[in-house]
Amino acid sequence: MLRTALRNVFAHKARLLMTVLAVMLGVAFVSGTLVFTSTISDAYTKSSEQGFDHVDVRLQPDEDADEGRPGDPPPLTQDLLDQAAALPGVKSATGNVAGFAALADKDGDLVGDGWSTSGANYYPATGDGGRGEDPRYPMQDGRGPENANEIAIDAKTAERTGYEVGDTPRMSVDGPVLEPTITGVFTTDDGNVAAGGSLVLFDTETAQDLFTKPGEYTEIDLAAAPGTSEKQLRAEAQKILPAESEALTGTKLADDQAREIEQGMDGLRTAMLAFAGIALFVGIFLIANTFTMLVAQRTKELALLRAVGASRRQVTRSVLFEAVAVGTVAALAGLAAGAGIGAGLRSLMGATGQTVPDGPLIVSPSTVIVSLVVGIVVTVLAAWLPARRAAKIPPVAAMSSVHAQASTRSLVVRNVIGAVIAGGGALMVVAGTTADDGKALMGGGAAVLLIGIFVLTPLLSRPLIALSAPLLRMFGVSGKLARQNAVRNPRRTAATASALMIGLTLITGLTVIGSGISNAIDKMATDAMKADYSVSMSNFTPLSPEVEKKLSELDEVTASSPLRTVPVAIGGDEEDLTAVKGEAVGQLLELDFAEGSFDGLAEGVPAGGGAAKAIVDDDTAEDEGWKTGDTIEVTYQDGAKGTLTVSGIYHGNEMIKGIMLDTSVVNSHVDKITDFEVWLKTEGGESGAMKDKLEAALGDNPAIAVMNEEDVSEAIAGLISMMLNILYAMLGMAVLVAVLGVINTLAMSVFERSQEIGMLRAIGLDRRAVKRMVRLESLVISLFGGVLGIGLGVFLGWAAGELISSSLDTYSLVLPWERMGYFLAGAALVGMLAALWPARRASRLNMLAAIKSE
Amino acid sequence: MTTTIPGASGRGTAYAAVPAAGATELTKVYGEGETKVVALDRVSVEFMQGEFTAIMGPSGSGKSTLMHCMAGLDTISGGSSRIGETELTGLKDKKLTQLRRDKVGFVFQAFNLLPTLNALENITLPMDIAGRKPDEQWLQQVVETVGLSGRLKHRPSQLSGGQQQRVAVARALAARPEIIFADEPTGNLDSRSGAEVLGFLRNSVRELGQTVVMVTHDPVAAGYADRVVFLADGRIVDELRDPTSEQVLDMMKRFDAKGRVS
Repeated sequence: MLRTALRNVFAHKARLLMTVLAVMLGVAFVSGTLVFTSTISDAYTKSSEQGFDHVDVRLQPDEDADEGRPGDPPPLTQDLLDQAAALPGVKSATGNVAGFAALADKDGDLVGDGWSTSGANYYPATGDGGRGEDPRYPMQDGRGPENANEIAIDAKTAERTGYEVGDTPRMSVDGPVLEPTITGVFTTDDGNVAAGGSLVLFDTETAQDLFTKPGEYTEIDLAAAPGTSEKQLRAEAQKILPAESEALTGTKLADDQAREIEQGMDGLRTAMLAFAGIALFVGIFLIANTFTMLVAQRTKELALLRAVGASRRQVTRSVLFEAVAVGTVAALAGLAAGAGIGAGLRSLMGATGQTVPDGPLIVSPSTVIVSLVVGIVVTVLAAWLPARRAAKIPPVAAMSSVHAQASTRSLVVRNVIGAVIAGGGALMVVAGTTADDGKALMGGGAAVLLIGIFVLTPLLSRPLIALSAPLLRMFGVSGKLARQNAVRNPRRTAATASALMIGLTLITGLTVIGSGISNAIDKMATDAMKADYSVSMSNFTPLSPEVEKKLSELDEVTASSPLRTVPVAIGGDEEDLTAVKGEAVGQLLELDFAEGSFDGLAEGVPAGGGAAKAIVDDDTAEDEGWKTGDTIEVTYQDGAKGTLTVSGIYHGNEMIKGIMLDTSVVNSHVDKITDFEVWLKTEGGESGAMKDKLEAALGDNPAIAVMNEEDVSEAIAGLISMMLNILYAMLGMAVLVAVLGVINTLAMSVFERSQEIGMLRAIGLDRRAVKRMVRLESLVISLFGGVLGIGLGVFLGWAAGELISSSLDTYSLVLPWERMGYFLAGAALVGMLAALWPARRASRLNMLAAIKSE
Repeated sequence: MTTTIPGASGRGTAYAAVPAAGATELTKVYGEGETKVVALDRVSVEFMQGEFTAIMGPSGSGKSTLMHCMAGLDTISGGSSRIGETELTGLKDKKLTQLRRDKVGFVFQAFNLLPTLNALENITLPMDIAGRKPDEQWLQQVVETVGLSGRLKHRPSQLSGGQQQRVAVARALAARPEIIFADEPTGNLDSRSGAEVLGFLRNSVRELGQTVVMVTHDPVAAGYADRVVFLADGRIVDELRDPTSEQVLDMMKRFDAKGRVS
């Protein structure tokens, strides 16, 4: 039997090609994901080890320590550094100061999109009379920075931007533009640089000015003297460690970082594998369809096998053997393609600026095993039902001259089951919209509904395809025949359309949700915004208060306020206050007050002490039981205590919420004043000229974004549509597999109907009309899948939206009609493209061979 | 070629002996070199309007090939072939398809009908393809002649083999083609259904004035024709007028014997 099975594989190779392709694509996606993520995480892990070569023990603030003091743990002081340097077994101690530093290239654009550019201090080794070099950053060219007007940049960045020693690039840390001179270009094994980021070095004092405060460090690195182990050094360091800080060995740091990278990759891997799973799931339909058709075509052959004595089990097995053979070939091809995809993805990331560290392509044994198992299991699973059906062919079928007919088994049972499942799923989804924790209920319901609809598709195919009749009538006989052919084998049409439906359901559902969220965030950000402009760092790192000061001094600016986050403790819990300019905020922000107003906010702390006025959003007020007139006791970062009086309660949202008060109340209690946004009202409102003027006032700083309401909306929409585009690309794989399915179904249909087509050609249907007939059939099937998918997607999108709106109250259902139109057009295009080859084949069919009787 | 119309056909003398289709020196060669097979060897023949002609011959004699070439279903290697006034040689596929659609009717041995269309839709299919409205009166007459009035809404799967072939005959007649080619139309039928179908074909010639050319290897079927043309080894070897099936059988036996001797 094995030999028979293998012979069959080769005999039908053209027909099996589609199946192989479908399995291959799915497996390629899976193995590509695994290869890509293991390659990247391996490379990152290696580069993180490099980054800790110079560190035996690192002292750093302990983020997890909670001593009741609001805000971040205190930074490390110069004293500590001096103490650490004097510890026994320490060869050298280095104080690090690091933070974000934006660098503009020669065109004035940000290097690395502002996300991966960092700044740090150049710390010349002590020892050689204080005039040494920093061993971490060997200079390739020039020397290290020595004063506030000097910087050094890494060699990779220098190469990318073309900067050389002596150039004066524009840069910014928290707002103000700096134009220091490059005094050196260095090489580094810093992991961030290896990963494509850029690093700017300042002298320590300047770095402290920019990132911390004079005399404070973010980390202290210790190098051990020969003969001292990491552990011994750490034990020594523990003795001088201040509160809320920790000492970690270099090995531990590298391990932690590697684990973090691994975890980060895990998320990406899971997401990518989920999409690969969808593609494979869609592939199951295609594979099942192919095997069903192969079995149908071989009815006589299989019946003959039964007649000459093969048992049912042997017939089943022969079909399954065939599936195993196909699955193995496809999985191997998929694995090879996957390695290619992995390599491709890495260079794609490189091409989009997110350089990844160099390293070999990792195809681990587990990747190989997983890919092979997935490919073979999926194929065998999909071939299971067709194989059982093959076994049921009676031996007498070998003698009958009747051509294999499509299964005429009643669909009644199937329809009843489908209706029950679909109804149950829909009920679960609807129930999920109002349930307290409806996520699981809704997710399960969505899956059940999809299965139910899949079971029902044969039933739905007739009425839905009948709807296309008026349109198809325009195409005369071709249209009529196409419509009838499309419903001729409802099961096959259903399986083909379902494959497309799944992809489109997900795409539409995500688009509906995305549009709703985009709209909701937009509403949140802009509804309350009365300001003409919002100014922030383009990557939302903190702004220096200088920015607001500079802008408020402009004649054209009539009102301005920073949004300043102030960490405090209230009754033991950490909270962030939002400090604004009390006198201006009423002109910049429109809040819906349930009680009170902005009045009196500007007064700050009354002369001689007492409670300052503050306004609170309704959710927080409700949670805490605060009413207007109540007082709130707060503890600031510097340990000082203050009292606030609730003077108003407003309706907040995800973006504007919490306790709001005047900047004068808090400024003196904050370690380092930073704003995350500045709001402006300008004379004559917003205009292009005004924006230019504001940008000019900030020194045309590339790191700062000056945005009007429209820009804000666009930025939000851009972010959401970027996410959607990534999802579309991922789901595109499932659609591609569905296209293969349509091609396969059509090719089979053309093959099965070759005698019919020959007869039609003989009695006068010309080649064009035959082509049109096949194309229209394809179009009808694809649009059927498209309409089902879009309909289901809208329903699920609505349901998910109901769930979202309970936690995001500006959310409302937004039906993206335009995009839905595109999706439907896309489905039509899929149909047309899929029909190209089968239609051509049909039109080229040899009429005589087709009508000649045996 | 005779110009008188055989009285035995039972028709009046309204029809002049005009050929509905004809071939001159028609040659069909398959393959090349060693594997070259001459299927038709310079065949010249004419089928007169209003005549029922049967083409007979042992298998491999080229009778089906002759029909395919003359009906514009297959290309020819040499000579010429025409339907009415139209020369088929050199016609492009599109023109050829149009010609078949408008001027030729077909009845095949099997797979005559589209399973998705009902009987009436199958009958009007050639007109639908051409985008023409069928002549209702004529359609009525044809349907009655073949005795399908009560079954027009039935799908092919609900009809017997004989009924299916009658639908096929009705389809061929309905578009009033210049000539109908039938390829073993009774090959899959039992003798009673076969006799019915052959009767309709003959009636369509006698009563409706159709021209019919039928390929068959069945002497009984050939007995219905006005004229029988015998083919052997790709050549026309003989012909009979107003044959009886016994005459045809005799003739076939002689060919068989000849074949065995040579």
